Amino acid sequence: MTNYLIEKYYRTERLPHIWCPGCGNGIVLKAIVKAIDNLNLNQNEVCVVSGIGCSSRATGYLDFNTVHTTHGRALAFATGIKFANPKLHVVVITGDGDCAAIGGNHLIHAARRNIDITTIVFNNNIYGMTGGQYSPTTPTGDKGTTAPYGNIDPNFDLCELAKSAGATYVSRSTVYGVNMITKQVEEGIKNKGFSFIEILTTCPTYYGRKNKKGNAAEMIKQLNEITINVNAYNNLPQEKRENKIVIGELYKDIREEYTEKYDRLIKSF
Amino acid sequence: MKALDDKKLIVEENLCKGCGICVAFCPKNVLKIKNGKVLVHDIDSCIQCGLCELRCPDYAIYLGGK
Ligand SMILES: Cc1ncc(C[n+]2csc(CCOP(=O)(O)OP(=O)(O)O)c2C)c(N)n1
Ligand code: SF4
Ligand code: SF4
Ligand code: SF4
Repeated sequence: MTNYLIEKYYRTERLPHIWCPGCGNGIVLKAIVKAIDNLNLNQNEVCVVSGIGCSSRATGYLDFNTVHTTHGRALAFATGIKFANPKLHVVVITGDGDCAAIGGNHLIHAARRNIDITTIVFNNNIYGMTGGQYSPTTPTGDKGTTAPYGNIDPNFDLCELAKSAGATYVSRSTVYGVNMITKQVEEGIKNKGFSFIEILTTCPTYYGRKNKKGNAAEMIKQLNEITINVNAYNNLPQEKRENKIVIGELYKDIREEYTEKYDRLIKSF
Repeated sequence: MKALDDKKLIVEENLCKGCGICVAFCPKNVLKIKNGKVLVHDIDSCIQCGLCELRCPDYAIYLGGK
C-alpha cells in the first residue's frame, strides 16, 4: 500500500491515523520523514521523541526508535537519550502548547546548552487535543474555548525565543510550503547543536472553526498569504513589514555542542 | 484506473477522509469529492504534478510506479 516513504518509515498497520480530516499534521510528518530519507540516515540511529497533544501522537506512526513521553517533557527525555547515546540523531516533535506553555522551561534550557537535538514544533495556534484552549501562540484577539471573547495575551514569537535562548539553527516554514519544511529539517538535523524549526500548521477542527478560517484547504492557503520569505522581508520598507510572519532560515550560529563539551571534560581526567 | 505515461495516480480509499485538500490544490480539476471520499473523475486531464500527493494529510493519493 501507499508510497515509498510511507511504506519504509511508517508503521503502516496503524494507518489511518487519528488526526481529523484536513489536519495539517499528516502533511508535516511526511515532510519530516522525507528529510530523514534525503539524508540517508540509518533508521535505527534515529530517535523521535514527542510530548502530549495531537501533534505528539506522531511518534506512534513512525518506524524509528520512538518515545511518546509526558506533556511538555519531550525535551527533557530527549536530553537524557542524547546524553546516553550521543551518536543517535534525536528529533523532538512537539505542539505549541507542549513546547511553549508547559514545556517552555525545557525549551530554553535545551537551547541554552546547545544540545544536538532537532526540535520541530507543529504550531497550530491552539491546544487541539483538549478541545481548543488558547495557547502561547494564539494570535492576540483570536478565539479559543478559554477565550470566547478573544485572547488578550500577546502571542509568543517562538523563533525569537529559541534564538535568544541559544539555539544554533532557527527556521520557520508552513504546511503550504511543504518542500521548505523538508529542506529545513535536513539543515536542522545536519546542524551539530540545538535546532529549532517552527512549522505553522492547521487545526481546522478547533482553531479554524472558532476563528471562522474556512475549510482545511483555505486554511493552508491563508498560511501562504500571511507569511513572507526572510529575503523578501528584509527588502521591504519598515511600514510594510507589519503583520507579516517571516519564514525561511532565520538564524545560524556555531557554538560547541553540549555532549561534545561533556565528553571533552570527561576525557580531561 | 487508466495507466499514464510513466506513473499511475493511485487512491487508497480506506485512508481517504474526504478533506478536499487535493481537490483544492489540483490545477487541472481532476479530482472531486463524492460520498465523503476523493474521486478521480477526469484522469485524462492529469499532468502528474504531484500536488495532490504533496498535501494529502492521509497519504491516500499518490503517483506510483506503473
Ligand atoms: C501534565 C498535563 N497537563 C495537561 C494535560 C492536558 N493536555 C493534553 S494535550 C494538551 C495541550 C496540547 O496542545 P499542543 O501541544 O499545542 O498540541 P496539539 O494538540 O494542538 O497538537 C493539554 C493541556 C496533560 N496531558 N498533562
Ligand atoms: S483537533 Fe485539530 S490538531 Fe487535533 S487532530 Fe483535529 S485538526 Fe488536528
Ligand atoms: S487530500 Fe487525501 S484525504 Fe483529503 S480528500 Fe484528498 S485523498 Fe482524501
Ligand atoms: S497529479 Fe496534479 S494534476 Fe494529477 S490529480 Fe494530482 S494534483 Fe491533479
